[in-house]
Amino acid sequence: MAGAALPGRLIWRAARVVGIINETPRVRTIMLDCPGWPGHLAGQHVDVRLTADDGYQAQRSYSIASAPGDDTLALTVERIDDGEVSPYFVGELHMGDEFEIRGPIGGYFVWSKMRGGPLLLIAGGSGIVPLRCIMRQHAAVLSDAPIRLLYSVRAQSEIIYRHELDQFASTGAEVVFTLTREWPDDWTGYRRRIDADLLREVAWPSDTRPLAYVCGPTAFVERAANGLVSLGYEPDRIKTERFGPTSDATSRTE
Amino acid sequence: MAIISRGFRSRRPPVDPSRVPPGQYVTNDFPVLSAGPTPHTPLADWSFTIRDAVDVQRSWTWDEFALLQREDIIVDIHCVTKWSKLDTAWYGVAIDTLLTGIDTTSARYVTAFSDGGYTTNIPLADLTNGKAWIAMGYGGEPLHPEHGGPARLLVPHLYFWKSAKWVRGLELRDHDVPGFWEENGYHDYGDPWREQRYQGD
Repeated sequence: MAGAALPGRLIWRAARVVGIINETPRVRTIMLDCPGWPGHLAGQHVDVRLTADDGYQAQRSYSIASAPGDDTLALTVERIDDGEVSPYFVGELHMGDEFEIRGPIGGYFVWSKMRGGPLLLIAGGSGIVPLRCIMRQHAAVLSDAPIRLLYSVRAQSEIIYRHELDQFASTGAEVVFTLTREWPDDWTGYRRRIDADLLREVAWPSDTRPLAYVCGPTAFVERAANGLVSLGYEPDRIKTERFGPTSDATSRTE
Repeated sequence: MAIISRGFRSRRPPVDPSRVPPGQYVTNDFPVLSAGPTPHTPLADWSFTIRDAVDVQRSWTWDEFALLQREDIIVDIHCVTKWSKLDTAWYGVAIDTLLTGIDTTSARYVTAFSDGGYTTNIPLADLTNGKAWIAMGYGGEPLHPEHGGPARLLVPHLYFWKSAKWVRGLELRDHDVPGFWEENGYHDYGDPWREQRYQGD
């Protein structure tokens, strides 16, 4: 069981920035060296704690972007303009800077090989982060469960992990994009918001008993999850994570 | 000794530490948190049940439930995902009202159960004496499904995952049985003032 990944007390650990990848103008992946990190399951998150030099502290939760077997623990953070922690992460953080993390947290929005599939992953915006972790894990453990990602973003320039997702698509995963606000003239993917009609075209048939993971803003997740239910998906095989407009977390919420 | 994060500083106005528990920040929004799809049970099919291991003690239809004495409630709420929201206004029925006439002498714990299969466990003493309600309204309006409507548990002194959305009843127990999040790494009791977020806190 996933709960077994959380033995005893979760302690705060020092994490040092050893790599920064600017994914889009608003989104950054932060690679961390965290001595003693106990490992995680695909889909889990961490709490982070920042301390200012006057003693002020702020805590937030972020999804883990790296797969369990990756060499380096990574978080991917989207800047929320009126946020407190995400503008620091996306704007000010340098190599070698330190903060604290504890985790891994969350035993429900997780995938491991024994959970099988077919897997339907539905991401809105930065909701891709825990789903990318699941895709990496799916590849790393050589799962034979069919896997399909439906990824909705406003514009092509906001697609996170584009290169890696294209690689997944060339090695057996199905990756479907939909752009909701603007698209290039030669865009061949979908050009609309996710709703029941789009899901009917893209989602696995319900009689294959798919396992669905949906992550994104609240309204997006409501629409996608309700759409899957209307297609006959079993509600207890639809796992969701939502983040509200003022939630500073890139993902996470449960 | 905490690690100082170079260049980090507060971007928010100071909060009243007597109202905002450690590790929380104040939001004016109302974020939505749930593990699966939002259930949409028609009111005609809705009921609220209080039961124990043996019997149903009491059950109400929606129409019957709506006739129970309502209270207006203004409370601060605290989510384990770090947001707190102050002075939230609800209306609903006190758990004390629902338990009137029910023998609870052998009950020490309660499992709240919901549409969609969600459960959470709470000591009975944390639900009585004006500490908890079944809320049917928020902000003067019927409770929206995303926020747990038609009715949710409201236990504002514990982290908000204890305030089960889409609640359909309470099971009285003589022993403690972990609920959904409590089985998935979260704290069994969940006191925000002691920052009991996760197992072992």
